[in-house]
Amino acid sequence: MRAMLDFYLTQMKMALVQQFQYRVANYFYMIGMIAEPVIYLVVWSTVANAQGGSVAGYTPGEFAAYYIVWTLVRNMNIVLTPYAWENYIQRGWLSMELLRPVHPLHAQIAYFAGWKFVAIVMWLPIAAILAAVFQPEINTSPWAVAAFVVALWGGFFVRFMMLWLLGMITFWTTRVSAIFELYFTMELLFSGRLVPLALLPPWAQQLAAYMPFKWAFGFPIELLLGKYTQAQALYGLGAQVFWIALGAILVRLFWRTALRRFSAVGA
Amino acid sequence: MNFLRVAWAYFRIGALNELQYRVNFFVQLFESFLALATGLVGLALVFSHTQSLGGWSRPELLAVMGIHILMGGLIKTTIQPNMERLMGDVQQGTLDYTLTKPSDSQVLVSVREVRIWQTVDILMGLIIMVVAVIQIQARIGIGQALAFAAALLMGGLMIYSFWLILTTGAFWVVRMDQIVELFQGVYQAGRWPVGIYPGWLRSGLTFLVPVAFAVTVPAEALTGRLTPQTLLGAAALTTALLLASRWVWFTGLRNYTGASA
Repeated sequence: MRAMLDFYLTQMKMALVQQFQYRVANYFYMIGMIAEPVIYLVVWSTVANAQGGSVAGYTPGEFAAYYIVWTLVRNMNIVLTPYAWENYIQRGWLSMELLRPVHPLHAQIAYFAGWKFVAIVMWLPIAAILAAVFQPEINTSPWAVAAFVVALWGGFFVRFMMLWLLGMITFWTTRVSAIFELYFTMELLFSGRLVPLALLPPWAQQLAAYMPFKWAFGFPIELLLGKYTQAQALYGLGAQVFWIALGAILVRLFWRTALRRFSAVGA
Repeated sequence: MNFLRVAWAYFRIGALNELQYRVNFFVQLFESFLALATGLVGLALVFSHTQSLGGWSRPELLAVMGIHILMGGLIKTTIQPNMERLMGDVQQGTLDYTLTKPSDSQVLVSVREVRIWQTVDILMGLIIMVVAVIQIQARIGIGQALAFAAALLMGGLMIYSFWLILTTGAFWVVRMDQIVELFQGVYQAGRWPVGIYPGWLRSGLTFLVPVAFAVTVPAEALTGRLTPQTLLGAAALTTALLLASRWVWFTGLRNYTGASA
């Protein structure tokens, strides 16, 4: 157990140092990401203003708060892309990783986790500027902030496991872009990325509650914004644990079978 | 006109090359449909909560979306592939092969590449536009149709000039890959009429990145909102940008040392 912790900390430190070198590239990427939430923010604020001040319980100020926290959660959501598996399998990178005594999953999680610290620090000035421009309103409480920090990382792990599972499909077929794009579109609509989930029709909101997307994205945002009672927040954190556990079990179940395909395809 | 013959020759070769890979057509079709579905869902969500957005009704916003997709398809078919290849050529020093050809260098780097399957987007945009116009039940007169075509053409030329100026920056900065993603992010703002954005953003989207002229102005022409001043302004800006891009191009070329240096 101690060895595992040691491994994680070392990997994270490496990621931190490496990614900090590429500050400019990281910044460019983060700034490019702002266009999306700013557009949504302006559109929905316009709708809110037209409807006399608020839409589905969100005022323009709250939309601003939602989409600014969105940028942080979006950054935390960036995990190993399922498209990378095509490279790993065909270029034999995976063979290298399999020689290690640790499951490749751990190495990747640790690397991205370390990277996230760099992302969080670089996000702060961007958030400050966005807040100055768009005037967000937040009604939060200390426990909600603490729960948000937990939920933020919980969301990271949920999405990591889900995309790892998605990537594993590459062991069985190379024509994966259609499946991946379908997944990402569903995620866009049902996670709270396109619009706050409260703005979806009720049937869509019920559907979203059963899918993993919301717990990685919309849930942490709404938690920070003070939209949940303590009981609901606890339920949400539990849902995150459920999806992480489910992901881990599925990876455990299918990893050996996947590797058997790997020796047949990659070599 | 030599320029047209060169462009046509490159187009034929590029198209013949890509048409071999017919599966890519279906891949592109699928992706375009996903993007369209997302756009339509977004529109439906907005209009489940309101009747009009910044003075634009639902079918009018559908027209804006159609033009956005059409222009996006145009960019991805001709402008983006050429600019990406130019960036690569400057980084690798292989631009020499183009500069030694006996034709105008700016023309050559602008027409070499074509991605034929992206025309799916152009077609899709056209269909959505037609559906939207039917829903608006507007009677488009000849003058309006001509104004629309002119606005579309000028918007396209402005986006091209903007891209060329930006890509010529590669002569000095060399690594410009993030610029492509940045532009794609900003271009998404064109899905909605720029009138809804706060003043500073609207100015940026009009004069900094000419998204407004690429999407909103043709949409205004189609929905009868276009004023002659806007059209004349567009014409003036197009001419200015074309001249500026040509000047920037040749200035950049002087800075290019190439593979043989």
